[in-house]
Amino acid sequence: MHEMAIASSLIEIIQEELNKHGATRLLMARVCHGKLTNIVPEALQFAFEVQTQDTPLAAATLEMKEISVTVACGGCGKEFAPDNPDLFYMPCPHCGREFAHEVLTGKELYLDHLEAE
Amino acid sequence: MEIPVIRNILEANDKMADQLRELFTRHRILVLNLISSPGAGKTSLLERTLSDLKNEFTMAVIEGDCQTSNDARRVAATGAKAVQINTDGGCHLNSSMIMAALENFNLEEIDILFVENVGNLVCPVEFDCGEDFKIALLSVPEGDDKPEKYPVLFEKSSAMVLNKSDLLPYVDFDVERATRFATHLNKDMPVFLTSCRTGEGLEGWYNWLRDALNQKRN
Repeated sequence: MHEMAIASSLIEIIQEELNKHGATRLLMARVCHGKLTNIVPEALQFAFEVQTQDTPLAAATLEMKEISVTVACGGCGKEFAPDNPDLFYMPCPHCGREFAHEVLTGKELYLDHLEAE
Repeated sequence: MEIPVIRNILEANDKMADQLRELFTRHRILVLNLISSPGAGKTSLLERTLSDLKNEFTMAVIEGDCQTSNDARRVAATGAKAVQINTDGGCHLNSSMIMAALENFNLEEIDILFVENVGNLVCPVEFDCGEDFKIALLSVPEGDDKPEKYPVLFEKSSAMVLNKSDLLPYVDFDVERATRFATHLNKDMPVFLTSCRTGEGLEGWYNWLRDALNQKRN
């Protein structure tokens, strides 16, 4: 349940950004997470809810946007987006190699934007 | 209003991890972050390593556990300096905990610093602790499919230790399978089949440590 620690870092960043822009009320925060990270979106949403209870951020929604996986084939070097990516089995449509590709997208974890008043 | 942000959520941890890395590099300390399930033998591996290499290097340990100082006591019995961090239920260490623990050490004296993370194959992987290398430790009673089930750890680790090899006759553990999947994720990863009970395979691990320290210092 490392999402608890991630939620508390997220809340700190949100608070900084709200202060920077003179906003006092958060409506929505969007987090982008790669499909290959160890993040469980529901767990992060739960952790966010728990930690914002009874605070000015309590009414805000946390939107989780998944970033799909793209890789450069470890064999032929061509880029592709696997249908059902897991780290072991991503057959390259060009040369058939199944693993050891370079992951280009799918490992991100960042706060994308806020909607606030 | 819409506020565009684009900030890495773990930026505070990562920034402090970079500061730690700088500090460790300045003091020429090799830092290893040991990650495994509870009970795989992290503390036993440390006890053996600290005892067997104590005339060669000055080593120190930061112990992470939810509760108790049991492991720090075991490790300190070898003569090495050990500091316990209790996470009070937290499932991983982070860089600010490491930074705080460093107050207890004289960095000038240390060659190798081991961080024994909280027993967990998922959460510790996400938090950079300023280490040079993550080491994945897996014991044979746990099953040979761990690299398949927890791929991110094995992908991010620089070596895998397969511990409790003395139990191989009694469990269905396919060393070749575990090694094959781990090295699919990470093709250059060395694998050490060890028993902290009999001492089997430890020399390979020690040689890897010697090389890693040499490389860091040259």
